[in-house]
Amino acid sequence: MMVALRQSLQQSSVRSLNSVCLLMIIAALLALPFADFRIYSVDPWSELSRIGMGLLLPGWQQPLSLLQAIVHTIAFALLAVAIAAPLGLLLAMVFRWRVVRLFCAAVRSVHELFWGLIFMQLYGISALTGLLAILVPFTGMFAKVFAEIFEQQSNTPAQTLPQAAPALARYVYTLIPQSLPALLSYTRYRFECALRSSAILGFIGLPTLGFHLESAFKQGYYSEAGALLWAFLLLIASIRYWLRPRLLPLYLLAAIWALPETVGFSSGGSLWRFISEDIWPTPLLQGDWPALAEWGAEMWQRQVWPGLLQTLLLTQVAVVLTGVVILLTYPLASRSLAGPWMRWPGRFLLLALRSAPEMVLAYIFLLLFGPSGLPVVLALALHNGGLIAFLVANASDAEEASRTRRPDDPTGLKRYAYVETPRRFPALLALLFYRWEVILRESAIMGLLGVATLGFFIDSAFEEIRYDRAMLLIVVGALLNMVVDTVSRRLRRSFAVAPV
Amino acid sequence: MNFLRYIRHTCLLALLLCGAAVQAETFVFTAIPDQDETQLQERFGKVADYLSKELGVEVRYIPVKSYAAAITAFRNNQVQLAWFGGLSGVQARRLVPGSVALAQGYEDQFFKSFFIAHKSAGLQPGETLPEALKGKTFTFGSKGSTSGRLMPEFYLREQFGMAPEKLFSRVGFSGDHSRTIAQVQAGAYQVGAVNYAVWESELAAGKIDTDKVQVIWTTPTYPDYQWSIRGDVDKRFGAGFQDKVRAALLDMKDPELLASFPRQSFVPASNDDYDPIEETAKAIDLLD
Repeated sequence: MMVALRQSLQQSSVRSLNSVCLLMIIAALLALPFADFRIYSVDPWSELSRIGMGLLLPGWQQPLSLLQAIVHTIAFALLAVAIAAPLGLLLAMVFRWRVVRLFCAAVRSVHELFWGLIFMQLYGISALTGLLAILVPFTGMFAKVFAEIFEQQSNTPAQTLPQAAPALARYVYTLIPQSLPALLSYTRYRFECALRSSAILGFIGLPTLGFHLESAFKQGYYSEAGALLWAFLLLIASIRYWLRPRLLPLYLLAAIWALPETVGFSSGGSLWRFISEDIWPTPLLQGDWPALAEWGAEMWQRQVWPGLLQTLLLTQVAVVLTGVVILLTYPLASRSLAGPWMRWPGRFLLLALRSAPEMVLAYIFLLLFGPSGLPVVLALALHNGGLIAFLVANASDAEEASRTRRPDDPTGLKRYAYVETPRRFPALLALLFYRWEVILRESAIMGLLGVATLGFFIDSAFEEIRYDRAMLLIVVGALLNMVVDTVSRRLRRSFAVAPV
Repeated sequence: MNFLRYIRHTCLLALLLCGAAVQAETFVFTAIPDQDETQLQERFGKVADYLSKELGVEVRYIPVKSYAAAITAFRNNQVQLAWFGGLSGVQARRLVPGSVALAQGYEDQFFKSFFIAHKSAGLQPGETLPEALKGKTFTFGSKGSTSGRLMPEFYLREQFGMAPEKLFSRVGFSGDHSRTIAQVQAGAYQVGAVNYAVWESELAAGKIDTDKVQVIWTTPTYPDYQWSIRGDVDKRFGAGFQDKVRAALLDMKDPELLASFPRQSFVPASNDDYDPIEETAKAIDLLD
């Protein structure tokens, strides 16, 4: 992905880049007074010191259950990516069909946790639920990004093929080989995302790391929570040492074998019942139109509209703040700015930020600032900022490695302001725009802080077993996501002109 | 052996992927205790062993994360028996016609909730909820909890005649009683509603600093946690199975097993015992 992005970004124009940034910042400033921010005076230090102690002195009594949770986390992620990537590739080849584009936008606009909750209605707490919850949205994501990578490829090799060659041949002989490094690098990045998703699915009951993490955090067993966070961090940090292409078939077989066993699964009619009854409001099923109108009006007024508004406002502020976090943190981890040794603490910081689930960060900020949109925004900005800053620092290091230094190269702040940041900025912005829709989805799941985002209402609807409401809200969330996705694509195009 | 196990897993996955149901005559139950959700598998595995011995069938336990997941598993017949909260039991039995509340904890006959407040909120304990509650920040426990949501919300509405969102400047859902205590103690929320049993056990464990947080009001008592069983178990596991399960639950005397819930013993219960809960849930629009 990086390769493709870099290629296209060389032609970016500074002016449109600046105006896009300005637009985003103005929108965020406009959102500020309306978003739900308020600081309450709190008294968090005894709780925070307990969390701190837990992180410093992690402890876990049953190594076997920890190991099992790690294995399950990896198994779900591996299998989901192994299925989603080829499916995404196939869909990417027909991405010019509008129906495919819409389908992909629809499936990826629903958060993994919500997919998990939906599939749980159909398949219970089972391996299938976990797999589908990751692979369905990931397929949509793969299709979109792969299609964009293909779009950025040069057309010349394809012209050497006979006129009558089928489209498939064009992909197999030219586009796929041309873009293979980008496809693989994106797949690797997605695997890391899949590990995170897999861990987080534990929050709703799948036997992954998140399962124990949620329990430990809930009960205030911070040394156990610390052990789980460290385990997850090490897992993410060590991916490149154990994820070898040659070992993949072995891993996949092992993953199938290691999937958690499904206990007492027996659902004959739940799929049909869910589709035909559960997700439709009762007045609709009874054909009672006035009552349906009333249901709709009430939902709009009490949940849909306030939820939409709050989700959008928080997202806008979070995106801009994410940009600030990237600009502040990436130099700490890059070789050319922090130096070959001093970059390690920076790299560790970014690793910690991107492997700590947002929920955990949000909880800590909740203790610090009290309940409002502020902890949500900070958690989203730090997590996503850490993630993108890591990619940006890597790109900087890759360039640094391939170039001989000149004695008159600027260093320090000058280098940051006049060399590195301008070089990184287009790619940085492109990544931020990719992440926009992710931030939107994630802001929706942080309703637990008493901030009435769409996700807050979706979660309530599932908790109250009101799937008709949940479905309406999920569809609204998906539509919002599609709008944001379209806007972000337009904006990205405006500063990154694809090669002719 | 390993190879056979691998084959079994592969077949299982293949079956799952085909969407086929894997039916086994295993009696499955789930339980979410109101405190300490760690090591569920280990602790409730022992309860499963006990039930298996008493009932003469294989009994398995599945851990779940939320009342909603427990209700779904009960409805889809993934589990046949569940330890529900008052509200989740009512919700589940409405969705599974013929299902029955078998037994409740001794303590659940007269359960209650505490309203707790951070000292800085300046609220004093009293016979009723203080008027000064207006405009404070407030957190419930989990959204589907009887003691952390349903009953507190009912009494708030009864006394103040308005929805919590109107009464308080902010309403959160901590997700769990222990977290409600931690958050009110940290001042993140000024006031919270919590299960009395969790409060008392955390107090005994020295986790609560009473200089920072105190109980300001106690609700009247209400019925809470209970065992509910599906109505079709007799058909599947043999006549009289439901009664055998009830007897096994009432006979559970081992303190180690009871500590998992944690309850001192189980006593008989019926669906009617939970009518007040159902009425309350309807009154605050948690049930249609």
